[in-house]
Amino acid sequence: MLKQYSFEETAVQSFDAQTTLALKTEDLQVFYGANHAMHDANLGFPKNQITALIGASGSGKSTYLRSLNRMNDGIATVTGKIWYHGVNINEPNVNIYEIRKHIGMVFQRPNPFSKSIRENIVYALKANGVKSKADLDERVEKSLRGAALWDEVKDTLDKSALSLSGGQQQRLCIARSIAMAPDVLLLDEPCSALDPISTVKVEETLLELQKQYTIIIVTHNMQQAARVSSQCAFFHLGHVMEYTPTGTMFSNPQIPVTQDYIAGSFG
Amino acid sequence: MNAKQRDRVATVVIDLIVAAVVGILLFLLVYILSAGLPHVSWQFLTGASDPMSGAGGIGVQLFNSFYLLVLTMLISLPISLGAGIYLAEYAKDNWRTSLIRSAIEVLSSLPSVVVGLFGFLLFVVKFKMGFSVISGAIALTFFNLPLLTRNIEESLSAVSRSQREAGLSLGLSKWKTEIGIILPVALPGIVTGVVLSAGRVFGEAAALIYTAGQSAPVTNFSDWNPMDPASPLNPLRPAETLAVHIWKINTEGMASNAAQLSAAASAILILAVLLFNLGARLLGNFLYRRVTASK
Repeated sequence: MLKQYSFEETAVQSFDAQTTLALKTEDLQVFYGANHAMHDANLGFPKNQITALIGASGSGKSTYLRSLNRMNDGIATVTGKIWYHGVNINEPNVNIYEIRKHIGMVFQRPNPFSKSIRENIVYALKANGVKSKADLDERVEKSLRGAALWDEVKDTLDKSALSLSGGQQQRLCIARSIAMAPDVLLLDEPCSALDPISTVKVEETLLELQKQYTIIIVTHNMQQAARVSSQCAFFHLGHVMEYTPTGTMFSNPQIPVTQDYIAGSFG
Repeated sequence: MNAKQRDRVATVVIDLIVAAVVGILLFLLVYILSAGLPHVSWQFLTGASDPMSGAGGIGVQLFNSFYLLVLTMLISLPISLGAGIYLAEYAKDNWRTSLIRSAIEVLSSLPSVVVGLFGFLLFVVKFKMGFSVISGAIALTFFNLPLLTRNIEESLSAVSRSQREAGLSLGLSKWKTEIGIILPVALPGIVTGVVLSAGRVFGEAAALIYTAGQSAPVTNFSDWNPMDPASPLNPLRPAETLAVHIWKINTEGMASNAAQLSAAASAILILAVLLFNLGARLLGNFLYRRVTASK
């Protein structure tokens, strides 16, 4: 039986004016029909850092993440504000296709297109008007290098992406996202379908990528959050309970619910 | 009886059922081909039929069957593609969508004679299109639409949601995602649908008797201008297809060798269907490999 914790007792940090935030949500609520899946999420994401969202299944962390680039449009009702470069992107008149180019996403299961490795990366670029072959080739190489996949696939770019291993596919999905030159990269449990060795590779890739991108990663795995993130938010039953620097979260959690979760009492 | 024995019995029963299905099919194929092929000659394949006796060659009819198929596909494929994409991707789950679905179901259960008479009254008589290839093609479109629409919808729906999310997350529009990413993956399934409906078009007689007509006027195969009355491509000329021809030989044929003629025509019809299926699959596989870079 899950213990009852008060949703009033939270410890959510906010950042001072010196910290540049890449993305910030204000009173974000998510409803699936009558089901209130996310309550009052007030989180800021510092630029060029990795923020981990942790919590048990059903805590609302993926729901929250998917709201950030409006992937919940048509699935759930999202209210509240999402600030990106001074614009509230949670407005009906915002061009969501443009937003998603700036805020990329990588999913739980690797989902490369059933096309060649090269075409996986250039398809969306071409659709956005990048025409020249030289440009495209350069973007392919750069993004594959960024995702630490170039050396493994440089001779087989025209082979089907589905012939890659799971870990390679996931890194291809990361490459595909960063080829669009986003600011922010959202990752929804990117390693949950991968073996430990592939997981290490993806984590190394992320640590490298934070120099250029702001990364928000949902993970089930507390060790992973501890290894890669600088900030960490703990979600519980649709509420953000605690948001602190990762070191603090794991060494000195502020409130009982986080203490119990970190100690492994539930989840 | 323990689990192992039960399993063995079930396997044997299933094997027998499959063998029966394949056996019947093979028997039919061998029977029709062996009865028909000995009477097939180059002259029979290319020659004109005799309008009086209904005998003679089947050259024009064979061409008509293929031409009608192509025209029908040209009309029905774009429509059903649009409808299929709408149903799979855009339609909300509400009473309007279920109304559309039931309409499609009803359309697919219309008897072919009714479609034929409807086509006759509307296109042939009312729109003054006469007994013509185009009247036939439109009537056959009515058969094809439900089958193809449903098939395309199912093929598209079978593609994983995660592919759509991948496209959308890259800032691609829903339409671009659908056309560029989902459709190529669904292609093999759609080709299967095209092949199945093509079989129906080849085999359909009742609806065509009233729309494409029962006569095959002499056509000049060196004249490819679709405007000329004698051109094989003219969509406004009457066009008896092979299936209609077989029906006619058997009901009104006065030739002494009517039985052989119809056997030969049937064999050719079956071969034509097989050939088309094979061709469509090869083309489909080729396209699929091209767009997906798979081996």
